[in-house]
Amino acid sequence: MPTLTRWFIKTALVYFILALIAGIISAVSNLPGLFPVYIHLLVEGWITLLIIGVVIWMFPKYSRELPRGNEKLGWTSYILLNTGLVLRLVSEPLNTLGEAPESLWGVLLVISAILQWLGGMAFVVNTWSRVKVK
Amino acid sequence: MPRLSSWFVRAALSYLAVGFTLGALLLAEKASSFYPMLWDILPVHIELLLVGWLVQLALGVAFWILPRFSKGPPRGNEAVVWLSFVLLNLGIAFVVAGTLLAVPGLLLAGRVAETGGVLAFVWGSWRRVRPTVP
Repeated sequence: MPTLTRWFIKTALVYFILALIAGIISAVSNLPGLFPVYIHLLVEGWITLLIIGVVIWMFPKYSRELPRGNEKLGWTSYILLNTGLVLRLVSEPLNTLGEAPESLWGVLLVISAILQWLGGMAFVVNTWSRVKVK
Repeated sequence: MPRLSSWFVRAALSYLAVGFTLGALLLAEKASSFYPMLWDILPVHIELLLVGWLVQLALGVAFWILPRFSKGPPRGNEAVVWLSFVLLNLGIAFVVAGTLLAVPGLLLAGRVAETGGVLAFVWGSWRRVRPTVP
């Protein structure tokens, strides 16, 4: 299993645990920004990162020299997706609470949106050329 | 991977790209309230990522890796699974159009088409879920 796949899958497992904890907390508290965090920890952090890790590992090789396409782009995708998601976990509930400094949490949330989007696009671009018919 | 899987996977990657783009816009909207009407596309964001990305990728990979038959067509009745691909994607398009145009009939037609797509996939793949000879 490639190193990048291991990082994606182990990180996904951590998000899985965090998601379930967030689910427990949101069941006993009224923190309004927590439910979307719970959903995105599950669907993006757990399921999507797990899929990305397996895709990098199992999809047809790009070429003999570069079996997994542009590996730097793969790592870039990993860093962007995770930085964006972690930033969201922190800034979304705090932004919803509206506590000072509200504008800072809003700015961090916008940055989180941009990072996650860039990470997703990096994965799509790097994977597209590995979808090969045999 | 077989041609039909490449269509499923490329469609899934396309929906991931569009779904992530809508998600990033929604998250930025949450932070800065630049266009509150944008929240009307929340169901589209969910539809594209759940059905367009996750469900479709699973179907494409399943068609690729499930055990093949040694006699006859290796992946069974491919025409039925092509029908599944067409129905699922028509369904997604109808659901998105029905949501954006607020036409309940289109939304219903989309859900029915998606169900038909999944039924066709189950029909085409059921016999491939079997023990493999070591």
